[in-house]
Amino acid sequence: MEYKDYYEILGLKKDAPQDEVKRAYRKLARKYHPDVSKESDAEVKFKEVGEAYEVLKDPEKREAYDQLGENWKAGQDGFQPPPDWEQNFDFGGGGYTQGNAEDYSSFFEDLFGGDRASSGRYHRSGGPSGGFQAKGENVRAKIMIDLEDSLNGTKQSVKMSIPEINEQGQVVSKHRTLSIKIPKGIKEGQTIRLSKQGNPGHGGGEPGDLLIEVAFNPHKLYNINEKDISLNVPVAPWEATLGAKIKVPTPDGKKMDMKIPPDSQQGRKLRLKGKGLPGKNAGDFYVVLQITLPPSSNPKVKEYNEKMRDEIDFNPRSYLF
Amino acid sequence: MSTNVMNIISGSILEEEPTLNLAELCQCCQTPAEFIIRLVDQGVIAPLEGESTRQWRFHQSAQIRTHKALRLRQDLGINLSGVALSLELLDEIDSLKRELNQFKHIAENQLFDSNS
Repeated sequence: MEYKDYYEILGLKKDAPQDEVKRAYRKLARKYHPDVSKESDAEVKFKEVGEAYEVLKDPEKREAYDQLGENWKAGQDGFQPPPDWEQNFDFGGGGYTQGNAEDYSSFFEDLFGGDRASSGRYHRSGGPSGGFQAKGENVRAKIMIDLEDSLNGTKQSVKMSIPEINEQGQVVSKHRTLSIKIPKGIKEGQTIRLSKQGNPGHGGGEPGDLLIEVAFNPHKLYNINEKDISLNVPVAPWEATLGAKIKVPTPDGKKMDMKIPPDSQQGRKLRLKGKGLPGKNAGDFYVVLQITLPPSSNPKVKEYNEKMRDEIDFNPRSYLF
Repeated sequence: MSTNVMNIISGSILEEEPTLNLAELCQCCQTPAEFIIRLVDQGVIAPLEGESTRQWRFHQSAQIRTHKALRLRQDLGINLSGVALSLELLDEIDSLKRELNQFKHIAENQLFDSNS
C-alpha cells in the first residue's frame, strides 16, 4: 500500500498542536467541500483531508501513525506496517468514529480498519434473507461538456472514481468509464440522471441513480447563458449607420443571412428566436454588434473621417454637461 | 478492467422530469420528512404548489439542493440557517461568475479585433 503523509495533506508540521490540527482541517474541509469547490478533484481532496483528520485528531492514533512514519522511507511504495504495531494501541475493533467506511483509503483501512469481517458497519448486513431491502444510494458526479454536445446530443465518455470494496475487504477507488449520450438541449447546472447506475441496492433493492451535474467548457465563439447563445459580430461603422445584410455563423454550424437595421448602436442585440439550445423551451440566438473601426493608417479612412469631423455637427457627449 | 466494450447509456435531464411529492423527495434523499419541512421553513427549497405538506409538489432540482444541504450540514457541521446562507451565497457566486464570463467574452473579442 502507498504511504500517505497526513501532515502534508493538512499542511501541518509534525509537531503541530491538536487545536492547530482542528483548525487546519476545518479550513480545508470548507475549501474542498464538493458542494463548495469548483475544482474537479475536490471530492478526492476532501476525502483525503477527512481521512488525515480522522487520524491526527485522535492523540492515540496520531502517536501510532507518527511511529509508523519513522519506519517509512521516501519512495517506498510497498508500505507494510510492522506486524505487531497495533498491540500497543487499543483500536483493534472498528476504528471509525465518523463518516462512512467507504470514504477512507486502503492505507487508512490497513492501519485503523480493525476487524473488517465482523464490522457490521462495513459489510452491510442484509441479503434477501435479512428482510431489509432498500434502494441503493444515488451517486453524484460532475462533467464538463462542449456547447456542441448539448446542441447535437453527442456521445461522451465520463471517467469517474468510485470507492469500492475489493475481495480483501479494502476500500479501493475504482475508475469507471461510462459512455453516455448527452441529452439534447441540456443547459449549464442541470443534471443528467442515469437510472440504476448508482450504488447497488441493499438486500435485493434496486440500485441508486447516477446524477451528473453539467458544466460547459468555454467556447471560442459563442457565449452561453441558460438556454440562450450569443455571438459577438464585428461590423463596420457604415454598416451600423446605414444598415446592411451580413452573414453570421449559427451554433448549428450553418451560415445565415442577417439584416442589420440602420442606426444600430454598439452592443445592439439582434435576436433569432428558437436558435439557441434546443428543447421544450428552446433558447434564442443573439447576435451582438461590435462596431469595429478601420485603421487610420489607411489614407482614405483618414480623409473621410476628417471630412466627417469638419462637416457633421454631432456631439455625442452633449448629455454630460 | 475492460472499458473497450461499452453500452451507450442514455440519460435524462433530471430537471425536466415530473415533480416530486414529499414522500418521493424524502426517499430519493434518504432523509426524514421533518428535515425537508425544516428546509422549506428556512427557504432552502420551496414547493412549487400545494397548501399543506400532503399536497406539496417539488421541482426535481429540490433533490439536488437537499443533498447539498445534507452534505454541508454533516461534513462541515453547519446548522440549518448556516446551510441556507451558504447555499444562497454559492448561488450568487455562480450567477456572478456567469455574468463575469459574459463580460470576459466581450473583452476577449475586442482584444482580438484590435490585433487583427
